[in-house]
Amino acid sequence: MMRAMTRSVDETRGLGAAIAEITQPNDVLLLTGDLGAGKTSLVQGLGSALGVGDRITSPSFTLAREYQGRLKLNHLDVYRLEQMDEVIDLGLPELIDEESVTVIEWGDAIVSALPPDYLEIRILLGEGDDDRIFEINLVGPRWSARSRVLQVALETFAGDDGESPC
Amino acid sequence: MTVAERDVNDDTIILGIETSCDETAAAVLRGPTSVLSSVVSSQVDLHARFGGVVPEVASRAHVELLTPVIAESLVEAGVDRGGFDAVAATYGPGLVGSLLIGLSAAKALALVHGVAFVGVNHLEAHLYAALIEEPEVEMPVVVLLVSGGHTLLALMNGPGDYRLLGSTLDDAAGEAFDKVARFLGLGYPGGPAIDHAAMQGDPEAIPFPRAMADEGYDFSFSGLKTAVVNHVRKHPEVDTRDVAASFQQAVVDVLVLKARRAAQAYHARGLCLAGGVAANSQLREATLDVCVGEGLRALLPGRSYCTDNAAMVASAGWHRLRSDGPSPLSLAAEPGLSLPDGT
Repeated sequence: MMRAMTRSVDETRGLGAAIAEITQPNDVLLLTGDLGAGKTSLVQGLGSALGVGDRITSPSFTLAREYQGRLKLNHLDVYRLEQMDEVIDLGLPELIDEESVTVIEWGDAIVSALPPDYLEIRILLGEGDDDRIFEINLVGPRWSARSRVLQVALETFAGDDGESPC
Repeated sequence: MTVAERDVNDDTIILGIETSCDETAAAVLRGPTSVLSSVVSSQVDLHARFGGVVPEVASRAHVELLTPVIAESLVEAGVDRGGFDAVAATYGPGLVGSLLIGLSAAKALALVHGVAFVGVNHLEAHLYAALIEEPEVEMPVVVLLVSGGHTLLALMNGPGDYRLLGSTLDDAAGEAFDKVARFLGLGYPGGPAIDHAAMQGDPEAIPFPRAMADEGYDFSFSGLKTAVVNHVRKHPEVDTRDVAASFQQAVVDVLVLKARRAAQAYHARGLCLAGGVAANSQLREATLDVCVGEGLRALLPGRSYCTDNAAMVASAGWHRLRSDGPSPLSLAAEPGLSLPDGT
């Protein structure tokens, strides 16, 4: 597991952008964290780094939003889904393809429907109001192969080593 | 098609169908504002135990409810099956499974009875809701549309003639109400739950942030949501009613401030509320205050026209039919549809 830390919403967007740099077509990212943790902010940073020009807003209402950037960005929010058949109705396998990156918020309910490879990002609240801790798990060979580049991408977000993140 | 562009008039009978979220609704209008019937079957109880709308539950309920709801709207209106000249249905934005049910029903009815079909943008329909009750309003009017899925400010110069001034950068206002209510353990739907709790709380107890108050016409409620979470984390003993009242005040302050600024900037004659959050008592009071202060006509539709309904869909359908003619039967549901920027 890797860890990262941010101290503001802008830094969280920066972390999203850093993660975007190592994403590839077909990727799935799973985001979990409490209300107000910054899941949408992270996706906003990721989206602008992918060249999405449109405004990225919360997908809670429509459950899924689609944006066009360098890659297509699928942004799903499944926090209201509690049953597997509802998750299946989202048609996840049809969304994940060689032209898109798929980000799923509030992922716990969906874990058993996921493909074998995904990047799991768990957002925890830190000590300060705006501090956020990111626990990142690389699941499956597609991601473990990128362990080194991810580590490099996260270097500026080490937080707890005394360096002030930029 | 029996209804050609030129044939659309005040006697045109139009059946409206709305299934974009958790209300199954059908209505019959004669012309753009004469409501012959408006039937809404809410699924709120169905969704309450989940703390929000569950799409699959919503879709299934629409399937079960739509036929009786349409039948009742026709009976109430005294219109036979096939006694209407056109069918309008919401094609977006909303939950795709739910949209498809209303849309498919409307197309089927149009085909069977050989009448025109017209697809309606749900957001545009909300803009017409206030005009149903007060058709003779002086334009321009600033419309503040606030609901579970949307928060936007639009300038309306007349039917079909409007422009989007601003919208939310992250969460919709109603979504913030739902999420904060869920966090505070107040239940669903969050709007009425917070409204109710806030009545016994102090709106000035906690100075929550008024995001982007000085910038343009866009909104942001994500930071406010986080501020509520942070405050409760630090003060676990805080009175939930004070949190609810202070949160609601922060939302209402920003909404009303921007609506007033828009009304001044565009020399509006009236200010109109639309969407489910328009039923919030604090928002209605604050809007009235602004209207009195600025000499604006206050357009506060009754609760039945604020929340999702099919009368507004039929009304918007009438206007669309007249300006653009029928929609093709190939029209697809568009879950992410936004408000067109004028016509």
